[in-house]
Amino acid sequence: MPSDRSANVQHAIIRTTNVVKTFQLGSHTLEVLKGISLNIAADRHVSIMGPSGSGKSTLFNMIGGLDKPTSGKVFINEVDIAQLDAYELAWLRCRKIGYIFQTFNLIPVMTALENVTLPMIFAGTGNDEAVERGMILLKTVGLADRFNHKPSELSGGQQQRVAVARALANGPSIILADEPTGNLDLTTGEEIINLLKRMSEERKVTIISATHDFKMLNVSDEVIWIRDGLIDKIEQRDELRISVGTIE
Amino acid sequence: MERLVALPFGKSVEIAYQSIRVRFFRSLITTLSLVLAVAFLCYVQAGNRIAETILQTGSEAGFRALLQAGYDVQPGDAAIGESAKQRWLVILSLMVCVVGIVNAQLMAVTERFREIGIMKCLGALDSFILRLFLLEALMQGFIGAAAGALLGAVFAVASSAVQFGALVFTALPLGGITMTILTATATGCLLSLLGVVFPAVKAARMAPVEAMRVEE
Ligand SMILES: Nc1ncnc2c1ncn2[C@@H]1O[C@H](COP(=O)(O)OP(=O)(O)O)[C@@H](O)[C@H]1O
Ligand SMILES: [Mg+2]
Repeated sequence: MPSDRSANVQHAIIRTTNVVKTFQLGSHTLEVLKGISLNIAADRHVSIMGPSGSGKSTLFNMIGGLDKPTSGKVFINEVDIAQLDAYELAWLRCRKIGYIFQTFNLIPVMTALENVTLPMIFAGTGNDEAVERGMILLKTVGLADRFNHKPSELSGGQQQRVAVARALANGPSIILADEPTGNLDLTTGEEIINLLKRMSEERKVTIISATHDFKMLNVSDEVIWIRDGLIDKIEQRDELRISVGTIE
Repeated sequence: MERLVALPFGKSVEIAYQSIRVRFFRSLITTLSLVLAVAFLCYVQAGNRIAETILQTGSEAGFRALLQAGYDVQPGDAAIGESAKQRWLVILSLMVCVVGIVNAQLMAVTERFREIGIMKCLGALDSFILRLFLLEALMQGFIGAAAGALLGAVFAVASSAVQFGALVFTALPLGGITMTILTATATGCLLSLLGVVFPAVKAARMAPVEAMRVEE
């Protein structure tokens, strides 16, 4: 299998073994993830593709340590995250992973700069250094002149740029993006995709995005197709060109 | 390297302050019942202090004025305590106020589930969230209670002036009234903290996904 081949060459930064997630809805048990095992190699741009409701966000939450699987294990850098205590988990979310969401999820009462510096403060960075690095990050995403604006004063695309800057705040090794273009129009979405691509190239960070946006395929090294809580197929970049041709 | 996240105290104060300022009207509603309850507490206590000072001057006119105003005094008394009725009213108003704060804070916290979830994704510990809410309640409580206490004291002086006329100004217990204002303010701060504990603990314990699933 292609994914195994690449994982053997490169170190697997994320590995899941038979992850199952069920939700209890009254007396009814909904099985959303039905046993997902995957290896994601470091420094790659991986897309998790699948129709709406296929379990992408649920998988995203498992991989990001935001929720616990019903059974199965998630390893980040070969550490089983179920073994981490609350402090270690917070540290992991703060320093190692950057999250990007469909609805941007900036803190509404804070300015763009404050949103970007908050994770740095949590990481123990002094205020002056945080402001300095925050401004550099905002500049990188092209929003230096908007540093003092609240999220409500920014367009969707601009908010998502701030979210990208925030995700990069502590130099994470993984960026997790759940439908990062889901609430954006075509061109703004493309800008965010290109920004993510540029960041993955410049900063050696593993980017994992859950999406059903086919524009994302062009920049992905690997695509994991999910259907009904199971992995449908895993395609590498070279195999992809053929199937993209048939999609578009 | 120690794998610890941190939120310095000064920064917590900054965030809490900003949060109150931005949500000014929400903060106002949360604090309003506190302002009224503390004002009532301070009004009753300051009024009694003033009456007591008039009694202690020992003048005949003062004694008559007190009787006329409805105070239950005997010749030779040196102190005026709160009447049982007053005490019950004060306790009742403080209880209603705490219930009001709990209610308002539960709503305020619910509105902020998403924000709490985001902070947790960025590495916040439960204790950060708890601390932010307690600080906000303390600041709101202090401002609201201080305003209420001043209001109550002013009303107490004004209504005593109406009841006792010029007598009040010859024997205004300024030190006593100041003490009353301070204790009423402290009581208000405590009530504000008491009101936020349950909502804040509930919010702080939420898992990040749970908090973010809540639609705004
Ligand atoms: N906390 C939850 N409680 C109950 N059902 C859930 C919960 N989270 C997700 N689901 C259900 O799981 C399914 C997959 O959801 P999701 O992972 O969000 O899909 P996707 O992101 O691919 O659109 C959906 O049917 C959704 O309703
Ligand atoms: Mg989703």
